[in-house]
Amino acid sequence: MAVVPVQRIEVCALKTERKSLLETLQRLGVVEITDAGEENDIFSRQDFDAHEARLKRKKQTVERALEILKEYAPEKSSLFASLHGKQEVPVERYDAFAAERRQVIETANRIVQLKKTIDEDRAERQKTMQQADAIAPWEALDLPLNYTGTKKTAAFVGSLPGQWTEERLYGEFAVCTPFTVQILGMAADQTFLLILCLKSDGDAMYELLRAHGFAKPQGNSRLTPKEQMSAYQVTVAAYEDEIAKCEEEIKSLAPWREKLKFYFDYEGMRAEKYEVLGRLLQSGHTFIVTGYIPQTTAAQTKSYLEERYTVGVQLSEPAEDEDVPVVLKNNGYATPLESVTEGFSLPGKGEIDPTFMMSLFYYCLFGIMFSDAGYGLIMVIACGGALLIFKNMEDSTKNFVKMFLFCGVATTFWGFVFGSFFGDVVDVIALQFFGKEITFRTPLFWFSPSDDPMRMLVFSMVLGLIHIFTGLALKFYQSVKNGDAAGGFYDGILWILLVASLVVFLLSTSMFTDMLSLNFTLPSVAGTVGAVIAVISAVGIVATGGRESKNPGKRIMKGAYSLYGITSYLSDILSYSRLLALGLATGVIGTVINQMGTMAGSGFTKLLVFIPVFLFGHALNFAINALGAYVHTNRLQYVEFFGKFYEGGGRKFAPFKENTKYYKIKENVSW
Amino acid sequence: MVNLGSALAIAGASVAALGAGMGSAKGVGMGGQAAAGVLTEDPSKFGKVLILQLLPGTQGIYGLLIAFITLTQIGVLGGTAISSTWEGLAYLAACLPMAFVGYFSAVQQGKASVSCIGLISKKPDQFGKAMILPAMVETYAILALLISILAIIGIGSLR
Repeated sequence: MAVVPVQRIEVCALKTERKSLLETLQRLGVVEITDAGEENDIFSRQDFDAHEARLKRKKQTVERALEILKEYAPEKSSLFASLHGKQEVPVERYDAFAAERRQVIETANRIVQLKKTIDEDRAERQKTMQQADAIAPWEALDLPLNYTGTKKTAAFVGSLPGQWTEERLYGEFAVCTPFTVQILGMAADQTFLLILCLKSDGDAMYELLRAHGFAKPQGNSRLTPKEQMSAYQVTVAAYEDEIAKCEEEIKSLAPWREKLKFYFDYEGMRAEKYEVLGRLLQSGHTFIVTGYIPQTTAAQTKSYLEERYTVGVQLSEPAEDEDVPVVLKNNGYATPLESVTEGFSLPGKGEIDPTFMMSLFYYCLFGIMFSDAGYGLIMVIACGGALLIFKNMEDSTKNFVKMFLFCGVATTFWGFVFGSFFGDVVDVIALQFFGKEITFRTPLFWFSPSDDPMRMLVFSMVLGLIHIFTGLALKFYQSVKNGDAAGGFYDGILWILLVASLVVFLLSTSMFTDMLSLNFTLPSVAGTVGAVIAVISAVGIVATGGRESKNPGKRIMKGAYSLYGITSYLSDILSYSRLLALGLATGVIGTVINQMGTMAGSGFTKLLVFIPVFLFGHALNFAINALGAYVHTNRLQYVEFFGKFYEGGGRKFAPFKENTKYYKIKENVSW
Repeated sequence: MVNLGSALAIAGASVAALGAGMGSAKGVGMGGQAAAGVLTEDPSKFGKVLILQLLPGTQGIYGLLIAFITLTQIGVLGGTAISSTWEGLAYLAACLPMAFVGYFSAVQQGKASVSCIGLISKKPDQFGKAMILPAMVETYAILALLISILAIIGIGSLR
């Protein structure tokens, strides 16, 4: 439960060891590099942008090649691929890879080139096929399309709109007799034809034809349409052949996939290294790395570097006004929730890490909202199984799975407490299929919220009060830690006193206890004491709420305004009624599903209907309520809990490390 | 006087399922449109935008819940039949918070979801915040649900 202190680190080393040292730092991934220091006569920064850009381009080529490979030779990947994590490889493999680089990038280029050829060939093939389609109607013509006639005759090849028969043509064009017509083909709205007439009648015939909307075909090939068609077919076949060959070649390159992936990571790491290199101060023979390092690893890193390189490593405390990055460290129980804290904001200056305190409530609140033992067990089995099978999971994935494992445990617990196991499936099955009327309960059973919602409401609000008081206590703790104990008392403790004493006062009135159907009322003495304390703390809040103002009038006004904040406590506490509402939603919908499943048929058919309804219905209920429980647990933490003491605003520690996608290069170090 | 109790109570159950269901359908629909837009640019955000799209879907479930609890109390799916028109009217009234607040909160939550889907498309790392903003709207649906549940169960104990 802590924010890890961060130290400044300065490493001064020889340029001859620059590559190796930076690679080591990258693999260790514990130092955040900063741009410290001014350039001067001796130390200056060098520009490595061109290198970086070149490497990034190569990386993109490889990425493209991998995509193409995936398209033509899909990799078998399981549904759980994302759980497998990155494969670890030793440093030696990384160092040895330099020799293979050239060959790999050539392969990548080749794949990209092949894909380009395929795309181009496809476009050409398409174009050729369109040309073939265009002359298809003329296939019956055994003359070239641009045939104009012989010495004595004029020939017209073309189309007329509409449906024409030979009789009709002879009739319409009788003026130009003698002539001969051959109908070559028909389409829906045009007729393709060849007309031969005397050369002397040629102009007259052309005029007539034009008047009827005659159109000549495109093209000036000397081949007949049939010959052209077969030429096109040969071309198309050639393209298809080439496409097939290229595809074959791409497929044959599939075994390079692993090397391409390695190359992708390799050049990615190098690009980042150059990015860092461009920020370092360098002299003729030395260079300086400056940055932040978490205290937990600082000493080890220092000695590790000193052992292996000719370096000077200096650790120091950062100055008060520096923008130091934040590193969180928690125990195994709370660590999965660091991402929840991060989703709000990391602790700002002087703030504590709220993750552990939050974890005490988080799983519990989730469990109460989801509150079904069956669903909880599914979560436990699925998440527990995933953790056992996939040991190499990425840290972030692992934490996520762990979080739901713990949530699942809590859900199971609260499910038994409120007597919900897939709704009321045990009772339903016993009644419908075995004819026995039972009510399934475990020793954990306390009460069923759907039978006694008021009790559940009171329980939710009590939990809410505890949650809110914890937040206020943390406000006090935080203020004390920052040397402002008085402020913590005014803003934390006074509010606890006020809210708690008001609750005591209300509990001593029978109206209030009746409303909540409680079976006790506190004695009036307690009520009086409560009222007195409430008044005192309210006065305290009015007196101190505006303490930063000097003007006494303004101060009282501001204090009164801060007392008005009591309304927000009312709404905060009521907000916990979602524990009841969401818990009921899960349980009651589960019951509805079970009931619907048993509505149809009898005996064996009833079972046949029941099973799919049960599976589908509960899967849906699980999904929608798990989402609801997750979202609203976060909300209760962010708004009701964090709102009392936590603002955030810290910057995440972003170390110089290997941001790889497929492989993890393992530094030979054991800490 | 004719006993309209059952008719009124069933009308209440229907109105709760209708209002909340319609609101959720509208909200989730708007979310889906925005989500599809984001996915054209980056299909890898599917998981995140799906969650945001689903957020306004809960009102429909709450409506179903209220309708179901009502039906189990009035002799349709269990419980005892209603004896008077007034009692039926009481059930109808108890269903109204869920029907109205369910409808309007789902639509408004849908709008908030749409904006947050836009946020995710630009800043995927702000998912935690993007999820909380639409969830704020849902608070009021939950409060309405609570009142409807307490009222319906309370009517049973009045008999």
